[in-house]
Formats: sequence, structure tokens, C-alpha cells
Amino acid sequence: MSRIGPHLLSIDDLDRASIERILDRAESFDEVSGREIKKVPALRGRTIVNLFYESSTRTSSSFELAAKRLSADVVSIRSQGSSVDKGESLKDTVQTLSAYDPAAIVIRSPYAGAAGLVARWTPAAVINAGDGKHEHPTQALLDVFTLRRRLGALDGTNIWIVGDLLHSRVARSDILAFTRMGATVTVCGPPTLIPREIEALGCRAATTLERLGEADVVYVLRMQQERMRDSFVPSLREYAARYQITPERLLPGQLLMHPGPVNRGVELSGEAIDSPQALIGAQVRAGVAVRMAVLYELLVGSTSLAAVA
Amino acid sequence: MGTVVLDRDDMRRTLVRIAHEIAEKNPDGAVALVGIHRRGAVLARRLQALTSELLEPAVPLGDLDISFYRDDYSIRPSAPVVLATHLEFPVDHRTIVIVDDVLYTGRTVRAAIDEVFDYGRPARVQLAVLVDRGHRELPIRPDYVGKNIPTSQEERVYVCVDEIDGEDEVKIESDLSPTQPPPTPRLA
Repeated sequence: MSRIGPHLLSIDDLDRASIERILDRAESFDEVSGREIKKVPALRGRTIVNLFYESSTRTSSSFELAAKRLSADVVSIRSQGSSVDKGESLKDTVQTLSAYDPAAIVIRSPYAGAAGLVARWTPAAVINAGDGKHEHPTQALLDVFTLRRRLGALDGTNIWIVGDLLHSRVARSDILAFTRMGATVTVCGPPTLIPREIEALGCRAATTLERLGEADVVYVLRMQQERMRDSFVPSLREYAARYQITPERLLPGQLLMHPGPVNRGVELSGEAIDSPQALIGAQVRAGVAVRMAVLYELLVGSTSLAAVA
Repeated sequence: MGTVVLDRDDMRRTLVRIAHEIAEKNPDGAVALVGIHRRGAVLARRLQALTSELLEPAVPLGDLDISFYRDDYSIRPSAPVVLATHLEFPVDHRTIVIVDDVLYTGRTVRAAIDEVFDYGRPARVQLAVLVDRGHRELPIRPDYVGKNIPTSQEERVYVCVDEIDGEDEVKIESDLSPTQPPPTPRLA
């Protein structure tokens, strides 16, 4: 059996069998979310710390809900209003929180590699909920979950990831996860927003939407204006004219995804967001079940495996 | 290897008898069968076919994966197969018959009862088992028993079903011979 854990820092920590196990587990947690009492006692008495150094709505709320539906005790800390404001370093904060003996620390940080550092400073299981431009593995898992539900399997599908690849941690995790699950990935965007040597991740690169027709799935990334200190595109209007995904640029039957939050009218047109081809709502709904599965497999699955090993 | 205590015919006759007892104790028909994965779920499916000949309307069937309710997840390896719970009927005001293959410590049944109550408030919960091997650690008692088999704790009881094991039989093996590990270890 494949091993999961002790941490989830990158999709690289997971082989295909581990990803499938997490997704199978997420299917059974999805059933829990349909019950009258949406809670199971699996993590009763364990503490989970959510440490968010960057704004987030869906990731932080779904991690919190996932932990609560597993009956864990949850402490959620945002950098605003915490002692981080007073200048406490990440290391000191983590060591302070570790004194509460948490089973897991979920961390979102604007700095690439932050989750990896935290894992060295605490005995808790560390889950990367987004670290700068590096990775966002649980987003990739819920994207694979959503696609697997819709398509059955990803083997042989063509997935285009369109937009701001340079600043996107979602793209990095998705490229790794999609290819691992048997899909062919093409990334597409303005040359200034495609990192050099991105092909090393196992994808192809394009700079125009000319061949978008070959895609089964079009995954659109958010234009990350808050991360852009220089001008990577002449203007957002110019970007939209060349790369915005509209119903006219989509073929019938192509599926449309986006990690949210959407800049309506920039990377996606309003009509595209609301079209029946869009899986954006299903992606959000998958978030809780997939994060329950990640917490469960890291905190319950791995201890059990260690016990037999 | 091992002593066969119930063969294919015995198992069939036993399940027919349990089905009749369930129908007799629940003449109003407001009853549902819920099997515990994996072999309990198989037995529940067979009991459903048998009770549906005796009760109108047909008896609803569900299955339970109690992994998230176990009290021993830290010492027991998690199952290699990921299963899910399916209870697609309202449990409120209904008699829920939990079905399992072997009743031993009672801890699995405790977890199953907890899980059923997360779906609503059943009128009554009953327990049907193919084999009661004793050694209870909780105040739990079955309502329907296929066969009482007094065992020592060193012995193991294997319930085999066609759907999973390719044969229908119940056997006991002594756990004292480590040279011959059984093909499908059952921790029932």
C-alpha cells in the first residue's frame, strides 16, 4: 500500500495510488455531508491549527469545516490581529502553537517554502494550504476529484491551463496532479506570464488560444493583480482581448474550471462563468470532502500504517 | 485446516430462519436492514431478499462503513479498501436491524449504533448476527443469532461468503500455528 504523510507539502509527496486513495476517501466523506448530522467522531479530541498569513475565504473556511466535521477542535489564526502583527516570527509562532500539541497545522503563507519550514519546527502533521508561488496541493486534489467525478478518469484527457502561470501555485500543483493521473497538460498565456522551463513539470506551453479546441478541459487561472509588482501585460483589457475565456471561444462539451476567486470580465467572461459547462461550483463543493479526506489520511491512515510497519 | 461449523446448506437454512424471526418480530413492516461492511453487508442483502418475501412493502437495505466511528483506529491498520455508508431511506420511526457476520467484543456494533443515530432517530435498533462467539466487552446482546459458537480468544472465526470469498461457510481455526497464515485475516 502506498504511504501518505506525515506531511502534505506538495503533490510530489503523493503517487497516483495515494491520490486515488484520498479521492476514494473523499467520496465517502461527501456522503457524510449529506447526512442530517454532518459529523463523524474520527478526530475527536485532536486539535488542528489553521494558520493563515494571507487572505483566503474558501480554503480557510473549508479546512475549518472539514476539521469540525471530523470532530476535531479547531484553532484558526489569521495574521491580522494576532501576535504576527506585533512582529513575532513564523518560527516563534509555530513553536508557541506547538505547545498546544496539535495533531496538524494547516498553513497558508505568501512565501514559497513556508510550509516546508514549518514541518521542520513542529511534530504536528503540516498541510500546505498555499505557499507563495510554490504549491497548493489540496486545491489540485479537489480539482482532480471534481474532474474524476465528471469524467470517470483523467487518463488520456487534454487539459489546458490558461492565464497567469507565473504567479500561480494552483497551476504548479495542478500540472503535477493532472499528469500523474494520466492527463496531458498544456499551459497557455502571455509569454511574460509563463515561467521559463515550465515544461520540466511535464507539460507543453502555448502562447495563443489557437489550438484551444483540442482541450477536453479548460482550466482558467486568476490574474493575480496583488502579486504583480511590474507590468507583465500591457493592460487587463489587452489581456482579456487575447486570453479571456468566453462562450464563443469554448466548444460545446469542453469543461471549464477556475480555482476562484474569479475576476469577472478579466480571465473569464460573466457568461462563461454561468454556463452549464462550468464546474466552478462543483469545485467549491468538493473542497470540504477532499480536505476531510486529507486530514483523515494524514492523521488516522498514517498512524495505522506505521503501527503495522 | 480449521473446523467447519456451518456449511453452505446450514448457512442458507440459518438465514431463512433469521428472516422469519425478523418478520415475526416486526409485523408492522416498518423495518430496515443495515449491514456492516463487508460481510455483514453481504448477509444483509441476502436477508433483505428473504424478508421481502414475507413483508409488505419490501424491506429497505443499507450498509455501514464504521471506519470513522472506531475506537481503535490508532492501533488497527485502516482497511485497504475504502468503503462508504449508504442509508438512502429515512431512519426515523423505523426499526433498524443491524446485520453483522460475527459478534465478538461488541465494539463494532457500538460504532454502528452511533453511526445510525447520526442519520436520525430510529424507533428501535435490533441486532442480527450469523455467529455469536462470546467474549463481549460491552453490554450488547443480539436479537437474532444464527449460531452460538463458544470460542477461546486464541481461536479465530472465519465467515466466508460467495460474493467475496467464493464459498459459503463458517469455520474456526486455532491461531496457534503461525506457519499457516489464513488467506483472509478476519479481526471479527
